[in-house]
Amino acid sequence: MDFRFNEKEEAFRREVESFIKTELPANWTEKNIYWPGGYGTLSEFEEVNTQIEQFRRKLAEKGWLTISWSKEYGGAGRTNIEQAIFHERMSYYRAPGGEVATLIGGPTIMLFGSDEMKKEWLPRIARGEARFWLAYSEPNSGSDLASIQTRAVEDGDDLIINGQKIWGTAAHVSHYAWMIARTDPNVAPHRGITLLMVDNQSSGVTIRPLMNICGTHSFNEVFFDNVRVPKKNIVGEKNKGWYYVMVALDFERLVIPIGGFKRTFEEITEYARETKHNGQPLTQNPLIRNKLAAMAIEIEVAYMFFWQTAWMLDKGLIPNIEASVLKLFTTQLSQKLANTGMQVMGHYGPLERNSKWASLIGRVPAGYMDCISALVGAGTSEIQRNIIAMRGLGLPRP
Amino acid sequence: MDLGLTEEQEMLKTSARDFLQKECPKQLVRQLDESDTGYSPELWQKMAELGWIGLVFPEKYGGSGGSFLDLIVLLEEMGHNILPGPFFSTVILGGLTIMAAGDEEQKKEFLPKIAGGKMLLTLALTEPSASYDASSVKTQAVGTDGYIINGTKLFIPDANIADHILCVARTKKEKKPEDGTTIFLVDAKSPGVKCTLLKTLARDKQCEVIFDNVSVPQKNILGKLDQGWPIVKQVLQKATVAKCAEMVGGAQAALEMAVQYAKDRVQFNRPIGSFQAIQHYCANMVTDVDGARFITYKAAWKVSEELPADMDIAIAKAWTSEACGRVTLLAHQIFGAIGFTMDHDIHLYYRRAKAGEIMFGDGDFQRAIVAQELGL
Repeated sequence: MDFRFNEKEEAFRREVESFIKTELPANWTEKNIYWPGGYGTLSEFEEVNTQIEQFRRKLAEKGWLTISWSKEYGGAGRTNIEQAIFHERMSYYRAPGGEVATLIGGPTIMLFGSDEMKKEWLPRIARGEARFWLAYSEPNSGSDLASIQTRAVEDGDDLIINGQKIWGTAAHVSHYAWMIARTDPNVAPHRGITLLMVDNQSSGVTIRPLMNICGTHSFNEVFFDNVRVPKKNIVGEKNKGWYYVMVALDFERLVIPIGGFKRTFEEITEYARETKHNGQPLTQNPLIRNKLAAMAIEIEVAYMFFWQTAWMLDKGLIPNIEASVLKLFTTQLSQKLANTGMQVMGHYGPLERNSKWASLIGRVPAGYMDCISALVGAGTSEIQRNIIAMRGLGLPRP
Repeated sequence: MDLGLTEEQEMLKTSARDFLQKECPKQLVRQLDESDTGYSPELWQKMAELGWIGLVFPEKYGGSGGSFLDLIVLLEEMGHNILPGPFFSTVILGGLTIMAAGDEEQKKEFLPKIAGGKMLLTLALTEPSASYDASSVKTQAVGTDGYIINGTKLFIPDANIADHILCVARTKKEKKPEDGTTIFLVDAKSPGVKCTLLKTLARDKQCEVIFDNVSVPQKNILGKLDQGWPIVKQVLQKATVAKCAEMVGGAQAALEMAVQYAKDRVQFNRPIGSFQAIQHYCANMVTDVDGARFITYKAAWKVSEELPADMDIAIAKAWTSEACGRVTLLAHQIFGAIGFTMDHDIHLYYRRAKAGEIMFGDGDFQRAIVAQELGL
């Protein structure tokens, strides 16, 4: 056992750190209210998009936008531990990085796409020129995803799409829908689903904003009205989309903003150090000390799950339990950290961004709202527990 | 980064699990729990022959020269099988202290006997104030050539069967309570040593030990006069991590038992493990067990590598204490009424989880250390 990074890992960590410090726009942390684990406060939804574009281009030049990809496809060919190191540092600095195309779409195409599709799509994704949004959920298909109703019907060389998708995070700032649609309604639900890419600019696509409870426009409902898509946009084989989507879940395992928890905790701790109550710093109050220590402990446990998952992937082991636990645990942490922050800050906690008296740029009240999304998005906590129990512990199906 | 056990450690783990399952069935556990000595001399000899007792002692003192991490692997399995007996007190509290502070003569005299299963030890630190800081050491040792010890030690594990008791006593009144404490090797049969077994929830054999004018020769000082505290602190750290490893093993066993029961027990014409309420309990349990294990091994690795580990140890103990409490409680919930019977085994784990939580400081105690280490 050795919990230290080896020389190569340590050198890479330093390289990532110095890159971020050099290239991230000045005062970046004051320009976004990103809360770790949340989906509603991503910096993409702020008025800093051109700066994000520049930063992403520089990441792309190093192959770091697609760090997990092999060099052949424009990636950096890094080990899972190195990817984890990268995500840890990036999230610590709240740096904008990958999205659906680089994290899910590209890797899926690599596994199941035709050679032609790989040639057409992978370089564009690696350069950051083809960004995807996840067109999975529908108004009547949330946790029961296989029940989707959006239809894709063949018509010559095309498919005609009709239906509605919802919770399309970043659909309005992306280029393509990474979509599952029903191509065969006469078989078991998960056997009639096809995975494909749909251009946002296609005729018949209507993107309507949904305001989240943080007050930002992060997700959308998207309507598809007789939208024509060339069949060559089908990933892999028709009717096998469900299987591809399940495999693709593996690619998201290390995309946990682990460093963001640490950073946010440090800021809340700093606040407690500098804030006096009855002439004493808050950090002298035993109850506050206990709460902060409890957070430090949980963050350290979360880090253990994080490194363990990366290490297992490098060993060729399948982190079934570990990956779901990592998601479950860190999203709960997101909520606990927000609550701790609010408790430490008392009356100042609820002061939102740009308020005259706001502290920590109003990140904590934003997080208090955004952490709600953490336990729901990308498989609710209950779905994670189902996976752990049935796939991990072998308990029988309900 | 390498987060796996070595091949040797995997082998130790497997062979320990097999051996304990065979040699220490629950029937024996219960019998020993209710006995006054709390251990089986035959089993103790077998463990000595396997090299377990001297696992971390250097080879020249009859040991196997294993690492602290090896010991942690073994302790996890002992916790898994809830092995009763004086392994913890003899090896961790006694043996490691002698290894850390003993002179050559003391090491030569004690370590081979311990490793061979011929001598039992314990450490008498805590007193009725029930705290682990230096200021709580009120027991006094007075003298110049030989020493006379007077005082009451409380919550001392296995003192009732120990051949020697390592007694932490105050030898000098100093401004800082850390200064002026000394560790004495006291023969448990010395006149004036009075040991009373306490009946505890987990039937761990904790004792009251009264030192009434106990005479100890100078040569029985372990380490340096008045400078015992750094040694005590070092041993406490190792003991704290070691206790975490035992607890992780116990929680793992409770999880396995509960999951198996959830698969077997049928109600409403189907296994109760098919109900999501039960499945989610199990998912929460595995989250707690794995988290506790990872965080314990990180602390153990740091101790094993002799890296600064104050923060890691406190984190591990705070988390593991509470996580293992939650796990055994949920296990009880899954077992329902049958788990509330003496005949069932799960309560043995529930009791030990509580005992482990309290030993060497609970969550609140450890969080205070974490806060301090954070520089708050």
